[in-house]
Order: sequence, then structure tokens, then C-alpha cells
Amino acid sequence: MARLGCSTWAFGERQVGVVATSTVAGTLEAQGPLSDAFDLRLDDDRAGQDTWERAEQAMFRRAAEIACEKAATHPSDLDLVIGADLNAQLTSFYMGLRPLARPMLGVYSACASICEALAVAGLAVATGFADVVLVGTSSHTSTAERQFRYPTEYGVQRPPTAQRTVTGAGAAILARGRGKWQITHATIGEIADYGVRSPWEMGAAMAPAACDTLRQHLADTGRSLGDYDLVVTGDLGRVGLDILRHLLVEQGVASAPVAEERVQDCGAMIYDENQPEVFSGGSGAACSTLVTFGHLFREMERGHIHRLLVCATGALLSQVSAQQGDTIPSISHAIAFERGD
Amino acid sequence: MPIATPEERARYHALVHRLTPGRPMVRNTVRAFVVGGLICELGQVIQALFVRYGGFKPTEAGNPTVAVLILLSAIFTAIGVYDRFAQWAGAGSAVPVTGFSNTMTSAAMEHRSEGFVAGVGGNMFKVSGPVIVYGVVSAFFIALIRYVVEHL
Repeated sequence: MARLGCSTWAFGERQVGVVATSTVAGTLEAQGPLSDAFDLRLDDDRAGQDTWERAEQAMFRRAAEIACEKAATHPSDLDLVIGADLNAQLTSFYMGLRPLARPMLGVYSACASICEALAVAGLAVATGFADVVLVGTSSHTSTAERQFRYPTEYGVQRPPTAQRTVTGAGAAILARGRGKWQITHATIGEIADYGVRSPWEMGAAMAPAACDTLRQHLADTGRSLGDYDLVVTGDLGRVGLDILRHLLVEQGVASAPVAEERVQDCGAMIYDENQPEVFSGGSGAACSTLVTFGHLFREMERGHIHRLLVCATGALLSQVSAQQGDTIPSISHAIAFERGD
Repeated sequence: MPIATPEERARYHALVHRLTPGRPMVRNTVRAFVVGGLICELGQVIQALFVRYGGFKPTEAGNPTVAVLILLSAIFTAIGVYDRFAQWAGAGSAVPVTGFSNTMTSAAMEHRSEGFVAGVGGNMFKVSGPVIVYGVVSAFFIALIRYVVEHL
């Protein structure tokens, strides 16, 4: 356990393990290219509830239950629960996981929240303040639409740079010294703000944050991009990913072919571009969670990826700040995973 | 580094501009023109039917016509079709009565879960409110100008 450079925490070898993960996917996500990577595929985004908000809470709760089942852990064995969602006052997290009745920490860095939660959880496990921690995030396209945009059925034409908020929830159980996967490093990001104002251009707003955090992580750890089999950003979408790759090449972090091969984006992976109204790709607090815990961890288990860096990205705007014409500050936190064996 | 200087911002915006796919302006404009026109044409047909079979005078057939269009738009909003149609048709779907009906119906549906008073009642005009406010305000000033001009 040590601090590297200016903002990276090294947890050490086999200190912080990931025992099990769970993913609950909404209908459009379940129809996407990663469909078979998810534990639970919903055929109704209402999830049997009477409101979208309660549906999201139910998804979060289900994800936590599945994670506990897969880890053979009773909820009462959890020392700490850390999570996030995009709703004001983190209602999906707090209300959805209310039945767990365990110590809870709600965190927020918009769609970068899963990496913030993993970093704090890793810290708690590595320092010995907790032995078993559940982390998770959720998002829902209809709750996000209501909070950040328009009524769901309102007819407005979206530009090609728009993104669709992922419906779903994911969770993971972290434990000290055991697990099929391990968290080796966490790099805490700084705010980046290049003056993007349009809420339709989240990818452009967040790409510099991902670039800064990735550079910082590589500088702190003395690693290069080639040391990772894959680096994924959270939800830049196809447009934002293209911008990030250009930034990385421009700043000498990677050559164009390496950036093309090694740097991907969860938002660009979760949907097929031909799916209806997904535009530039997915976004939301569940986007990187579903892709990482569902698809990428399975790829690690299969031996296709040995070392993975997840740089989840968050746009820290509110509806009020957007309407008042403020620029969109963005943040990205990075978590490095390796196989546990 | 994270707080970008104006030069860095300008350079970044140039990069973003270069890599961002533009809105398909020509396609959007053509679709808006055709669809908007067709909705108005539909209105004309309904109006003609009211005159021919409903016994309305041409000057009075406007109100029931608008009511039918509002109802149609509300129904298509309720069954989840209007927003997809609007993504395809763009500004053509915002043609006054159908677009207006969609803003009210969608807001009412969205906030139904918060109850009929604070939810539906309090939020129904959330999206369409500005149209009413500035419609009334501009009507007042136009009327004022007309009054002044007529009485000079």
C-alpha cells in the first residue's frame, strides 16, 4: 500500500480482490452486442414497479442480491456498502439498498462514480477498515431523462452526438486478499473543463478528463499504454472516443495504431450502432459498470485480458448549471484490474 | 493543466468541431418541410370533412379540427409513437397543435407518478409554458402596435 506520484494509490499485490460481480441489464442493453455477458436481462424497463425511479431501485437491489449470492456472502457479512446513481440525493442507492441495513457510503462523480466507489472501497479493504465491501451503481434512461432532459415521450430531435443513458445496475463484492480479479491501483482524477456547454456533447466535454487521468496514471505508475491489454473509458461514446484517441496521439501518450487498438469505450461497446436511438453510444452510471463487470471481467477470466484499466468518465453538470449556461466540468477516475491468480 | 487556458480551449474546440458529425441539415429540413406540410394537409382534410358532413361553417370548422389533431397527437404520445416520429421528422412534428399537444401530454405522463395535483397539474405546462407566456406577451404588443397605428 503506497501512494505513487501525485494521485495514484497502489494497493499492492493480492490485497484487494474482487470475489464476484453482478449485472442487471435493461431491455435495450439486453438486446445489444454484450447481451450474454449480463446476469439478468430484463424484458421490461419498469421491472414490475409502478414508477421508473422504483424500477431503478429494484434493479440496484437485485444486482446487490445477485452479487451476494455469487460471492456466497450473506448481506449481514458486508462491512461496508458504497454506491452511486444519477438521481438527486442518490435515491436509487439509498432507497434501493435500504433493506441491506449495512453501513453505507453514497458517492457521486456522475458516470465516473463506479471508479470512485471502487477506489474508496479498495482503500477501506487495503487499510483493514473493512474486509468485505459491496460496491455498485445504477442508472435508468427514463429517470435520467426526467432529471436532466425532457419528459420521456416528448418529441425532440437529438443530434448524432447525443447518448442514451444505460438502464441497468451492477455490483461487485470486494474482499481482502481473495477473488478471481484484483484491484491494483486507483488514480483519482482532477476536474477538466475545456468550455464545452452543450449537454448534447458529453463525449467532447469528458474526453479531456479521461486523457488527463490516463496520462497521470501512466506517469505515476511508470507504465505505458502498452502495459495494459485494454484501457476503457466510461461513456465517451463513439464521438468522444475518437476525440480522446486524437488527444492521446497529440500529447504523445500513444501512437495512432496503439490508441486504436488498446483504447476503447464502454459507451461505444454496450450498444450496436444500428440499435434505435442510441446515437453516439451509451452513458450513465451503469454504463461502465455493466460493461466492466459483465463483459470485461469475463474476458479476463477467459484469459483474453490480463491487465485492464477502467477510466470511468463523469460530466458534473446539473440541470440548473446547464440552464444557467455554465460550462461542463468533467472528471475521470481510473482503476487498474489484474487477474487474481 | 486541468483548468484550460483560452488558447487551449480554442484549440480543443477546433479538434471537437473537426471530429463531430454534424446534424444532417438538408435531410432534416426536407423531412420537416414535407412532414409539417402533410400534418397541415391532414388538418385541411379534417376541416373539409367537418364542413361537408358536420354542418359546420368554414369559419367555425377550425376549432373541432384543432381538437381532433390535439387528440390524435395525445394518443400517439400516449402509445409511445410520437417521440420516435419526432426524432425522424424533426421540426415538422413541432407544427403548432400536434407539437403543443405532445409537450403537454408527455409532461402529464411523466409526472403522473407524483400525483394528480402536484404532479400532473403542476407540471403539465412545464415544457409548453414558455409558448403560452411568450405567445400572450407578443400578442399583447402586436395588439398594442395595431391599436396605435389604427388610431393615429
